[in-house]
Amino acid sequence: MSGATKNYDKQHPGYFALLAALVFMAVGPVALMFVNSFKLDVDILSGTSGLLFLPTIQNYETALCDVLPYELDHLDFCSLKFGGSLINSLVIALISTILTLVIGCMAAYALVRFRFMGRDVVSGGTLMVRMVPPAVLLVPVFGLWNNEFCIDKTSFLGALIRDTFGGRGDVCLAGTHSGIILIYVAMNLPFVIWILQSFIVQVPRQLEEAARIDGAGPYRVFFLIVLPLIKPGLAAAAIFTFRIAWNEYLLASALSDRDTKTVPILIVNNMSEFNIEWGVIMATGMLLAIPPIIFTLFASRQIITGMTAGAVKG
Amino acid sequence: MNNASINRLAPFVFLAPAAIIMLIALLYPLLYMVYGSFREWDPSQTIGETEFVGFKNYIALLNDPSFHESLGVTLKFAFAVVSIEMLLGVALALLLDRNIRGISILRTMFILPMMIAPVVVGLMWRYMYHPTVGTFNRFLKSMGFEGVDWLGQHALMSIIIADIWQWTPFIFILTLAALQSLPKSTLEAARIDGATGWQQIIYIKIPLMMPVLIVTCLLRLIDAFKVLEVILVMTEGGPGLSTEILALRISRTATEFRELGVAAAMSNYLLILLLIFTLSMIAYNKYVENRAARLRAAKEGDA
Repeated sequence: MSGATKNYDKQHPGYFALLAALVFMAVGPVALMFVNSFKLDVDILSGTSGLLFLPTIQNYETALCDVLPYELDHLDFCSLKFGGSLINSLVIALISTILTLVIGCMAAYALVRFRFMGRDVVSGGTLMVRMVPPAVLLVPVFGLWNNEFCIDKTSFLGALIRDTFGGRGDVCLAGTHSGIILIYVAMNLPFVIWILQSFIVQVPRQLEEAARIDGAGPYRVFFLIVLPLIKPGLAAAAIFTFRIAWNEYLLASALSDRDTKTVPILIVNNMSEFNIEWGVIMATGMLLAIPPIIFTLFASRQIITGMTAGAVKG
Repeated sequence: MNNASINRLAPFVFLAPAAIIMLIALLYPLLYMVYGSFREWDPSQTIGETEFVGFKNYIALLNDPSFHESLGVTLKFAFAVVSIEMLLGVALALLLDRNIRGISILRTMFILPMMIAPVVVGLMWRYMYHPTVGTFNRFLKSMGFEGVDWLGQHALMSIIIADIWQWTPFIFILTLAALQSLPKSTLEAARIDGATGWQQIIYIKIPLMMPVLIVTCLLRLIDAFKVLEVILVMTEGGPGLSTEILALRISRTATEFRELGVAAAMSNYLLILLLIFTLSMIAYNKYVENRAARLRAAKEGDA
């Protein structure tokens, strides 16, 4: 990266115009959504005002009506359970990110240091999994999570879970947070292992050997020596995992029930209605877009590392 | 158990959780799907209650005109977006591969469309394409033109444009990274020999980047077959079947028509298609590596 050198070449002003146009094209739609989320539907539909309008947070209040501590004047009934799904999304995305990272970096370490399989096998496997579209997983996951991955209601554990959480039939993975988390962890693991592998390879062996001579076992070497050294890799992997778990719609919609809906499902459901309330739906879209926007602004370097690791070797 | 044997078990302990999870949540479902694709399968049945029908689902799909249309739309969509995005992305990278202020801002901002949820991308574009209140038609009308029926008559074009907006940055960023890692000495030599900008691009930069370009292209092609949410939110596959790509058709067959067996068979067709692309990519990578190794060996032999 040439970012370190501060001497820029003098360039034709046309390049700056092109740069500005590209930045505008990339950010424009998002900015439009941001502005519209502060408009009332009347203002969005009339459209004459453009940038001249009275900003209001009413759309956000409507969206979050089920978690706000105060009553809203403009709403008699809180039909959009957005706050609940926001919490579901957060829980699912955070837990699956943490699990994927912990499991993934252990596996990556084992693959590199104990020489289980070659790097070729792992990168081939990563590609194979990357190839599988979520739509292909829809049918088997729907069938398995609903019918096979269940605990019989007559068994001890099933009865225990049913007594604690209620319900009538067998206890199945479908409709629970853990069901969705399981498939996200499985989907993201190969990619995470692959990225972390390229970071672990760079950890000098001598460092680990020194620790081992000082009497540390493999577990301590891993947690106290290796983990702190691969933080940048962990950051990149975490962002990618979180992004997929946070944004995913299809599998979540097949696996969730009324109480475990995530935000993307809610948005799609509200988009298919005949009369779209643009203001409210853009507010929900904006809320869903906040974490990715934060990542983009503060961790773009890690994201680019993760992205280029897929194609450009090095 | 003593300390030494616990330590000897370490590799397995480290590897086991990942292996177990991928076995039950990835490999088993895929096998389950292949098994289910040979059965008449309704969502209310467990797979044990279903009836074995052999290749009936596969053959029915081959004779199904709407499957053909959907496959056609998918291929058209995938090849259109990949070729346009490659052209745009590589051209932009070649144009902007210089030491200018602001390039890092562009790189940062360019990631945004890829990071935001596909559902939200679809939402934004559906608003902009809206026939009366949408940004594009409002702009056209204020300039005195007729509005365009974006998501009606020109639905396929519109979803292609949205995808280009979202994914051209991917190719731009990868190509730029490849350009910046090209050997400086080769370019320097060409410049001293008097190669013009175009000659440098055509005879040096593009050939040197070729491995990365091909891998990028195939990665993007594979991903283009996975696009679903953006199209679902923008058009729901309509009007008619004009934007119903395979992934969307699979999910509709499973949830609306309630024919899991057929959906599984369709998933298998899609997987086979993608498998061909992926295997060709792996084979190409192998070929490039082998050639590089041979060249290195030859060079060492000379010296």
